[in-house]
Amino acid sequence: MRRQAILDRYFLDARHKLIDVAAFLDRVERGEGDADFRLAAFHQAVDVLRERRPDKAEAVLTVFSDPTDEPIAVADTQGACGAWPGSGKES
Amino acid sequence: MRYIEPHGHMVSRTTDDYQAMVTSGCAAVCEPAFWAGFDRGGPESFRDYFSQLTEHEPRRAAKFGLPHYSWICLNPKEAEDLGLAREVLTIIPEFLDRPNVLGVGEIGLNKNSRNELQVLERHIELAAEHDQLILVHTPHLEDKRKGTRLILDALAAESRIRPERCIIDHVEEHTIRMVLDEGYWAGMTLYPESKCSAARAVDMLEIYGTERIWMNSACDWGVSVPKAVPYAMLEMRLRGHDPDWIDRVAFRNPSAFMSQCSRFRIPE
Ligand SMILES: [Zn+2]
Repeated sequence: MRRQAILDRYFLDARHKLIDVAAFLDRVERGEGDADFRLAAFHQAVDVLRERRPDKAEAVLTVFSDPTDEPIAVADTQGACGAWPGSGKES
Repeated sequence: MRYIEPHGHMVSRTTDDYQAMVTSGCAAVCEPAFWAGFDRGGPESFRDYFSQLTEHEPRRAAKFGLPHYSWICLNPKEAEDLGLAREVLTIIPEFLDRPNVLGVGEIGLNKNSRNELQVLERHIELAAEHDQLILVHTPHLEDKRKGTRLILDALAAESRIRPERCIIDHVEEHTIRMVLDEGYWAGMTLYPESKCSAARAVDMLEIYGTERIWMNSACDWGVSVPKAVPYAMLEMRLRGHDPDWIDRVAFRNPSAFMSQCSRFRIPE
């Protein structure tokens, strides 16, 4: 697809989602108390968006991913929270 | 437009959903065994569920003229309890030669634990012993990348398993390459809050090509969209992809994979 056609088709939708992200971050900042590791991971993922690279979606997913290789000892929960507890830290 | 829904948990859906899918061009639906949203009480509950998938649900789908196929297994969310898993694994073979069963699935990992991995390995062995196709569920969110790696390694460790007979489902941008590079089929799941949007799925098709890839809705008891596949087909059309390209991804690819099981009939 040509860039112009991509902008015509997706710009408003992406703009809408970006403003939602901005408002989400404002909301978190207005909130009280401590944030957990998810916020740091989120900020790190937002930083990826400014990088000039062709694989930003993959890079954002990787920021949120468990980077370890070994199975965990026990599954004490069935759910996932969207970020790895160690993510968001400077590496 | 015709398509196959290769992954829909129809026992959780309404008759309105069946009607909507069929009138949108759905020509067959395939239903992997899944978690109920709560843990089942014991092995006999699984026997009942497998009967539902192989007897009752095909009859319900037939009322809408829709061929229904299923996959049988203990899902990874209930795989932490090795005692339960052992018992369910002895029940599964009773169902593998039912007329609508395509293979073993959706097996895989959920939290990437040792017990889950052990149960996955037993399922892979079972599939190899009975020469079954395999449908794999990859973990959600932060667990997906690591889980996909562990799953591919477990499959590769069983020499009787051929990658072209396994579909690795719920791939995203960070897992699709390893799946395709190692010769497996990749499933892209179109799901509202996690997994993949239609736009991202079409991006991946444009980047990685249309070989060994399918799309599914994985509609279940959660917020999900039974018509997600035809919506993605519309997305492809609006991007200028030709009808043959769309038909390959939405109909011929799932047909080709599933036809590796002699019980699958390509819909007219
Ligand atoms: Zn599923």
